[in-house]
Amino acid sequence: MADAKPLPSTLSVGLARTKLEVREFFREKEALIFTFFFPIIFLGIFSAVFGSTDFNGVNAATYFTPGMIASGIFLSSFQSLAISIALERDEGLLKRLRGTPMPPQSYFIGKIGQVLVTSIAQFALLLAIAGLLLGVDIPSEPSKWLHFAWIFILGAASGSVLGIAFSVVPKSGKAASAVITPVVLLLQFMSGVYFVYSSLPGWMRDVASIFPLKWLAQGMRSVFLPDGFQVNEPGGSWQLGTGAIVLTVWLIVGLFLAQRVFRWTRRDAG
Amino acid sequence: MENDNAVRVRGLVKRYPDKVAVDGVDLDIHRGEVFALLGPNGAGKTTTTEILEGYRRADEGEVSVLGTDPAHGDRRWRSRLGIVLQTSRDEAESTVLELVSHYAGYYPNPRDPDEVIAAVGLDEKRKTRPRKLSGGQRRRLDVALGVIGHPELLFLDEPTTGFDPEARRQFWTLIENLRTSGTTILLTTHYLDEAEHLADRVGVIADGRMIEIGTPETLGGRNARTARVSWTDADGPRELRTDRPTAEIAALMQRFDGEVPELEVRRPSLEDIYLDLIGKANTANTANTADTADAAVSIEAGAL
Repeated sequence: MADAKPLPSTLSVGLARTKLEVREFFREKEALIFTFFFPIIFLGIFSAVFGSTDFNGVNAATYFTPGMIASGIFLSSFQSLAISIALERDEGLLKRLRGTPMPPQSYFIGKIGQVLVTSIAQFALLLAIAGLLLGVDIPSEPSKWLHFAWIFILGAASGSVLGIAFSVVPKSGKAASAVITPVVLLLQFMSGVYFVYSSLPGWMRDVASIFPLKWLAQGMRSVFLPDGFQVNEPGGSWQLGTGAIVLTVWLIVGLFLAQRVFRWTRRDAG
Repeated sequence: MENDNAVRVRGLVKRYPDKVAVDGVDLDIHRGEVFALLGPNGAGKTTTTEILEGYRRADEGEVSVLGTDPAHGDRRWRSRLGIVLQTSRDEAESTVLELVSHYAGYYPNPRDPDEVIAAVGLDEKRKTRPRKLSGGQRRRLDVALGVIGHPELLFLDEPTTGFDPEARRQFWTLIENLRTSGTTILLTTHYLDEAEHLADRVGVIADGRMIEIGTPETLGGRNARTARVSWTDADGPRELRTDRPTAEIAALMQRFDGEVPELEVRRPSLEDIYLDLIGKANTANTANTADTADAAVSIEAGAL
C-alpha cells in the first residue's frame, strides 16, 4: 500500500518498552524488595552486626560494600530478568506481544534498558548510604571509576543475557522465583559476597571461579578497597585481566544461549 | 496479491505427534463479515486460528491472510491484524490508560486510546490496574488492546467465556459496533446463541474437518429445521418431526377431543442443529475419535 504510514522504529518502541518495564519494576513490591533493596538491607545488617570489627584493616561496611554492589548488579540483571521473563512467557504476555507488530528486538531493548536504569539507581542508593551513613570511603581517582565502568557494564551485560537464557529453565511461572532465587543465593554465598572471600574453603572458591559473580565481586573490591588490600586475595592480586576474560566469555556464551533457547510461547505449545 | 477474501485456506493440514489436529480444512472469510468458528474442544479450532495468526506452521495446504502467508508475515502484516487470545496476562502494574497508550505505539496508524477505552466501556477504569478489574472488564481490555491498531482483521478466541448474561450482551454490542466500522472478525466460541447473534456465517469444525459452513439460518440444511411437535398421551411423552405442524395439531385435537396434554411445537435452535451435526460427525468416525479426543483436548489446552 503506497499510502501506508511508516512503522514505528525499533528504537522508539524499545525506549517505550524501557519506560514500561521500569514503571512495572518500581511498582511491583516483590521485585523492589528482593532485587532492589536486598543488597542495601544486607549491607545495613552486616554493618550493624560486625560494627567496627576489623577486616584486614577496614570496617565491616567498607569490606562488604563492593560485594553488595556486585550482588546488586547480578540481582538486577540475572535474577530480575530470569524471573520476569519466565512469568511473562508462562502467562501468555510474550505470546500476545508476538502477535503485535512490536519488533522482537524492542522487547530486549526494553529489558536491557530496565536493567541499566534499575542497577544504576540501586548502585547510587547503595553508594549514598555506604558513604553518608556508614562512613565508607568512596574512591575519587578517575582510574578507579574507569575500572568500575567496564566491570559494571560487563557484569550487567553478562547477567542480562544469562538471565534471558535461564528464563526457560522454570517449568511454570509460579515456579520461577522458587527455581531462580536459590541459584542466585547459592552463587552469592560461594562468591564471597556475604563472607570474606579468602576465608572460604579452596574447593568452594574453585567452583565460584567458574561463574561470573565471583569476578564481578573481585572487580568491585579492586575499585572500593585500598590497593594494598589485594594481597588478601587468594591469587595475591585483583586479577582484573582474568576477570575481564571470564566475564566476556560468559557474555558470549549467554548471547549464544539466549538466541538459541528463547521462545515466545510455552514449551508445550507446538 | 489481495483478493476479496480476508482469509483463504485450502487443504490445511496440521499434525501433532499423536494426532492429526487439522485434516484438510478449506475456509474463506469475506472482507467485512463476522465469521464464527464452532466446534467441540479439541476439534481443531485453536490450531486453525493459531496458524492463521502466524503462531503455528501448517504442515500442508495453502493459507493466505490479508494476502500474505502467515508463515512469512512481517511487521507490516501484523500491524493490520488484531489478536485477542483466549487467556493472556497484562503488564500487571500499569493502568488501563497506560497499557492502551503503550500498545498504540506499536502501530503505524493507531486509534485514539481514549476513544478505544470509551468504546469498550472502561472509561471509569482508566486509572485502574488490570488485576483490580472484573473478568468481563479484563476481557474488554483485551479487546481494546486488540483493536487499538485499527486492524482490518480481528481474531477473537472465545471472548465471552465466563461472562454473566449482561456482560455478554454488552460485549456483543461492542463487537457489532466494530463490524459496523468495517472490521472483519473471526470469532471462535462455545456459545451457539453468540454465533447466532453475531455471525454472518458459521463454520462447524469437528475432528479436524470443516463439516459445514453456512449462515446461522441455513446451517444443517432445510431438513434440520423441521418442526417438532410433542405432547403426552397414555404411553408417556411423544414427539414427531413434521413439515406440516398445523395439520398434525388439528389431527391431535380431534384425537384428544380438545386440549392436547403438554402440547408444544418447536423449531430446532442453532444449538440443536449444531449438536446434531457434531453427533453425526462423531458416529461417522467412531472409535478413532474417542481415543484421540482427550489427547486433542490437552494439546489445545497447552496451546493457551
